[in-house]
Amino acid sequence: MAFSLQINGRAYTVDVDGDTPLLWVLRDVLGMTGTKFGCGQGLCGACTVHVDGVATRSCVTPIESAAESQVTTIEALHTVAHGKALQDAWVELEVPQCGYCQSGQLMSAAALLKETPRPTDDDIDNAMWGNVCRCGTYQRIRAAIKRASA
Amino acid sequence: MSKSALAPQLSRRHFLKASVAVGGGLVVNLALGSGFSAAAADFAPNAFIRIDRKGLVTLVMPQVEMGQGIYTAQAMLLAEELEVALDDVKLEHAPVDESLYGHPMLGRQMTGGSTSIRAFWSPLRMAGATARALLIQAAAQEWNVDPASCRAEDGFVLDESGTRALAYGELVDVAASLPAPAPETLILKSPENFRLLGTPAKRLDTPGKVNGALKYGIDAFPDGTKIAAIAISPVLGGKPKSVNEQSALAVNGVRQVVLTDDAVAVVADHTGAAKKGLEAASIEWDDGPNAQVSSTDIVRHLEQESQNPGAIARSEGDVTTALAGAAQRIDAVYQLPFLSHAAMEPMNCTVHVREDACELWVGTQNLSAAKLAAATVTGLEPEKIIINNHIVGGGFGRRLEVDGISHAVKVAMQVDGPVKVIWSREEDIQHGYYRPYYYDRMSGGIDEEGNPVAWMHRVSGSSIFARIAPPVMQNGVDPDGVEGAAHPPYKLPAIQVEFNQVEPQGVLTSWWRGVGPSHNVFVVESFIDELAAAAKADPVDYRKRLLSENPRALRVLELAAEKAEWGKPLPARQGRGVAVQFAFGSYLAIVADATVEADGAVRVTRIVTAVDCGLTVNPDTIAAQMEGGALYGLTAVLYGAITLKDGRVEQSNFDNYLPLRIDEAPHVETHIVPTAEPPGGIGEAATSAVFPAVTNAIFSATGKRVRTLPVNPEDLRET
Repeated sequence: MAFSLQINGRAYTVDVDGDTPLLWVLRDVLGMTGTKFGCGQGLCGACTVHVDGVATRSCVTPIESAAESQVTTIEALHTVAHGKALQDAWVELEVPQCGYCQSGQLMSAAALLKETPRPTDDDIDNAMWGNVCRCGTYQRIRAAIKRASA
Repeated sequence: MSKSALAPQLSRRHFLKASVAVGGGLVVNLALGSGFSAAAADFAPNAFIRIDRKGLVTLVMPQVEMGQGIYTAQAMLLAEELEVALDDVKLEHAPVDESLYGHPMLGRQMTGGSTSIRAFWSPLRMAGATARALLIQAAAQEWNVDPASCRAEDGFVLDESGTRALAYGELVDVAASLPAPAPETLILKSPENFRLLGTPAKRLDTPGKVNGALKYGIDAFPDGTKIAAIAISPVLGGKPKSVNEQSALAVNGVRQVVLTDDAVAVVADHTGAAKKGLEAASIEWDDGPNAQVSSTDIVRHLEQESQNPGAIARSEGDVTTALAGAAQRIDAVYQLPFLSHAAMEPMNCTVHVREDACELWVGTQNLSAAKLAAATVTGLEPEKIIINNHIVGGGFGRRLEVDGISHAVKVAMQVDGPVKVIWSREEDIQHGYYRPYYYDRMSGGIDEEGNPVAWMHRVSGSSIFARIAPPVMQNGVDPDGVEGAAHPPYKLPAIQVEFNQVEPQGVLTSWWRGVGPSHNVFVVESFIDELAAAAKADPVDYRKRLLSENPRALRVLELAAEKAEWGKPLPARQGRGVAVQFAFGSYLAIVADATVEADGAVRVTRIVTAVDCGLTVNPDTIAAQMEGGALYGLTAVLYGAITLKDGRVEQSNFDNYLPLRIDEAPHVETHIVPTAEPPGGIGEAATSAVFPAVTNAIFSATGKRVRTLPVNPEDLRET
């Protein structure tokens, strides 16, 4: 069935089953491939987007539950609060290695700074715990969040 | 551009390109059209460099980028000698062509073994120097002066006085007409004149990794791409027995159900529908001959086989006599589990099989094997295989294997148009080519002073080389199986190292980050620690005694110990462990600090690395590889284990094959020893060295020696 969506400030209509995860609508139907598939179970955070400003795992978010919401993806991170600062910090500190998880890391970090503009290490642990990086960039992620929040 | 407009010849140039835009922004685009059509007018002195009339420098990357920073490092090698700024270059993936891009050490076109810098250090600098010499010659001709009086700088050739300058773009036509200089006439820059090499250059692939623009293989969507979710037989060698195709096809968006010899794929408009269709297909499997396989049996078999002598990898002195005459004898068994790579980008491959060609969009470490695999499945000539390689979302060795490509091509053979075959995380973890299970027997003897007099190491486990390159085997010894074991850095008067090839039933094995050393360095550095403990010696002092003839190893050990404040007392249940390694052409020492909680939980709080990898290319990348490599190894030490029951892998996703998370990640420090030695590899070094540093720290904290991985907190409870 058809769903109307608001993504990165634009309106879209897609015709898929209501239980289709938002992730696949973004990637396969709408061609926004910046949001990544990692686990399909909400265990790794690679697919993190903002749904009404809240960091959300799009791989376990049925499209029907997001239809009335404002969705923001990595492609529009620079338009949200702290987004550009985070991207700059990520570049300055050379955070990414393979980079595949970094869209999700950045979206989670932006959601963190929105709620907690000056996060402690514990705040960072709590907000970023769900985002897995197999390349092991965690210490640079931590430093970059602090830099962006400074 | 529609796909039908893509003649195979042109598609070959259809690489992903990452170009640096004004302000350092990385623009990712497809190099169709202008780049190729203009190629005839470009100055292309070799396969790695192309300069067009506007002066745009394109560098072709022979090795694949998977996070290790090789695109930037190899671009630095070229740009250093070519005398261009890194900001001004554009990067392309190399196409499949072993004659142009074959790995100088490995022969084939592949990326692995931490060899990229070692192998390409000279060839890429030579390539840059060749182009520079031709551009200088072209300018000298223009000015009618001696080329020796001219110099190249930042994309220009300058005359002797520096008053006249010609941009590279202005020189391409003349330069392209000149004969290539003989290699022996080229003068490479000496290290004191490096302006890029040895500096922490910004990575060229970073900007596209922070805004979602960079395309991995999984992001390739050639026109008309359908998505296939795949289920591979859960037991190796099994095949589909029954498939409910009607139910699958009834799912909205599902187009087709495809059966191959050992897998079922459901093809749909999007992954959501494909996965739903796959579930609806309710597949039943004929498990085949491996239905009873269990890791318990595999380990029991290894234990039995390990009692037999292995093929001799190294034998010096009389170990048997030395052991018998030792003041103290120590025996130990070490076991390392099967490991999955679990890269963040799950296995995927997009394939379009046409009548006369097969085109792939994938990220692979092994272009040579990828091409062969696609040719074998399709029956097409290898030159009809077109591969669009991509930056890889984590390799760790998994993308050296091309099973994912074979599976995808088998599916695509039955699909009209391009199809992207995506593995679920569960498929990815349960259908790995795993790091082998190793069962190692150690015997050591020390004299009255505690010095080693005998060292016996018998490795038992699967041989990867025996499967993929039998000629590499040497009298039954797999050189990878004993790498890091055959030549420990220490002075050992009598040493015997054996390799016992024991293949596990129903399990595929392959390279895992750190390869041979990631198994052997754990065993060797744990056991030297055991000898130190038996000798009642401090682990650092003991190693120093045995490294008196190995100054580079000694230097990194001393540096790591100093930076980690070795010897500074720690509270109860906290410990400090050390490991020294020579592997991948680099010397590395790691000191790890660990806290073991009362319930046995291990927390690694700090990792200090000291590395001598010879001349450095990008020190920040070296630090990044120390940080990431250490965490990759630490994850395996604490959590990594793939086990089998009833022929099936028991782990499935990140809830039971645990990744290290940010709250558990220790700070990793990197200290680089400045040397003028030839460069060594760095992508895997910390992974292998961190294993024993951590378990030695646990020993220091608890007095309990971890000989079987992963760490079992039950064994470390406070009693």
